[in-house]
Amino acid sequence: MTPPTSADVVQKLPTGMPSFDVIAKGGLPINRTTLLSGTAGSGKTVFAVQFLASGILDLDEPGVFVTFEESAADIRANMKSFGWDLAAWERAGRLAFVDASPDPNIEVIEVGSFDLGALLARVENAVRKVKAKRVSVDSLGAIFSQFSDQSIVRRELFRIAWGLKSMGVTALLTAERTQDYGPVARYGVEEFIADNVMVLRNVLEDESRRRTIEILKFRGTDHQKGEYPFTIVPDGGLVVIPLSAIQLKQKSSDVRISSGNAELDAMCGGGFFQDSVILVSGATGTGKTLTVTQFLDGGARVGERCLLLAFEESREQLFRNAIGWGVDFEQMERDGMLRVVCDYPEVATLEDWLLNIQRIVAEFKPTRVALDSLSALERVGTIKAFREFVIGFTSFIKHQEITGLFTSTTSTLMGGTSITEGHISTLTDSIILLRYVEMFGEMRRGLTVLKMRGSAHDKAIREFTIDKDGMHLGRPFRNVTGILAGTPVHVSPGDLERVWSQIDDEASKRPRAENGPERRRGDERRGRR
Amino acid sequence: MYVTGSSARAELAVANLRRICEQELSDQYELRVIDVLQQPQLAEDEKILATPTLIKELPPPLRRVIGDLSDKEKVLLGLELRSAEPRRSESAPPSPPATEPR
Repeated sequence: MTPPTSADVVQKLPTGMPSFDVIAKGGLPINRTTLLSGTAGSGKTVFAVQFLASGILDLDEPGVFVTFEESAADIRANMKSFGWDLAAWERAGRLAFVDASPDPNIEVIEVGSFDLGALLARVENAVRKVKAKRVSVDSLGAIFSQFSDQSIVRRELFRIAWGLKSMGVTALLTAERTQDYGPVARYGVEEFIADNVMVLRNVLEDESRRRTIEILKFRGTDHQKGEYPFTIVPDGGLVVIPLSAIQLKQKSSDVRISSGNAELDAMCGGGFFQDSVILVSGATGTGKTLTVTQFLDGGARVGERCLLLAFEESREQLFRNAIGWGVDFEQMERDGMLRVVCDYPEVATLEDWLLNIQRIVAEFKPTRVALDSLSALERVGTIKAFREFVIGFTSFIKHQEITGLFTSTTSTLMGGTSITEGHISTLTDSIILLRYVEMFGEMRRGLTVLKMRGSAHDKAIREFTIDKDGMHLGRPFRNVTGILAGTPVHVSPGDLERVWSQIDDEASKRPRAENGPERRRGDERRGRR
Repeated sequence: MYVTGSSARAELAVANLRRICEQELSDQYELRVIDVLQQPQLAEDEKILATPTLIKELPPPLRRVIGDLSDKEKVLLGLELRSAEPRRSESAPPSPPATEPR
């Protein structure tokens, strides 16, 4: 076994669609044919045009578009909405159409055997004319319907695929399929014509559409496996959301930043880490939006730009509430320290939201981003789409070295975890729980830092109050147990003593564990004596 | 007639067509054979996909027949030089004798 030399390795052609190149691990295999199969409306034509557009715009690689389905005029018109001026590229000699769409005015009769030599000659002619490096053929299925003798078409498609290779171009061929999960393509031969196969899907799941792209095979070279969500945006065409690009390679900062509340900072062992993601979970009214408000205020005060993505409350509500806690959002906005994006989550799909947010972040360049709440976004898409959104979002803000604070709403008032948490808790660096605690006929609020990746933190559940200056953390709930489970039980001080002393006894039998809380618990116990 | 190079199929189609024309149209025809490899732009302009493709320009209507033209009757039908119904022949204007009684 000798390692392959560079001549053996299949070279790839960067498509100029960065998000796609990530999952294709560099691009489409160069000088080969790639089949792109998908159901109606899955985005095949957009991809096929974008493949050429990216080459023309970004990489100075002219292209040829062979259309069997829509007329060239239709495609020119349709692609205008993506900002692609095909006609201008044609005039500049950078793009050529081979219009092989059926002409309803021409009736064709087949008598005896034939070949598609004229088509091949036209493609060759066009490739020569613009010195094309890329060819898109859209779509193979449509050529079958133009001729009655299918076996001839089959044979000729092989010849065309072979012809494309000998022209030295990288070709993308599209094909229809009837089902999102079924045979690769309708006529059962398309996948054998091409070296590589990719599939676009547009699946209806829980009443929402989910677009994905999957690379089935790249002959002789590597690619990312599985389905990747993508979306089609007006000024960018098809954008893949590459989840696996999210290698855990973000450098992790040990710089601490303030949560905007000194007492909470102390509980976290000195503040949040820069470029960490913090989840604040609690029932409605426990103080999640307050935590967000303080976080933004804390950032603005030290000159950090903050972005608030609010999906639950209106702008007016948010601003009024903030005033109630002594924070002036309006002033922060005027100073350019704050931007508030306030919308119903339903106005876009999760994929679109992710791209929107990325665009806003790229433009505003905040160092803090708060999202209130993830639970509101969760109802927009499927569980899978939501997970992917959170993965994409967290990795994005980490790459940008932004601190992210998300909230999630628990479904029950007392205790409980939200579905949101179940999906994303492993993705977050810190988790703060806000809980109602019922004590002697009174609702009080408790806060605990459940997780603080890479740092010691206060493990107590502390009571907190809210007034016009915001949140005030108080003493731990000492003689209450079961708060997080939602079933607070009061324990008499005597019982508590006994429990602590047992723990201390056990701890003294083995080498003493060097972690803070146990010692502190001991201190607290001694302090109470 | 559009053909690809001098392939066997191209030669067969040209031979078939000449024979049909000789038999049916005597010398009242004009045939132009275009090699798409030599003149791809003509194929582009006419939106030709398959070879051989025969385009009948005159008399109208414009008709296209693809294939090696091995079936004479089908070719004549396809070009509307011989109609299935005899009365159609009267409408075939103007010059060449469109139909011949068999």
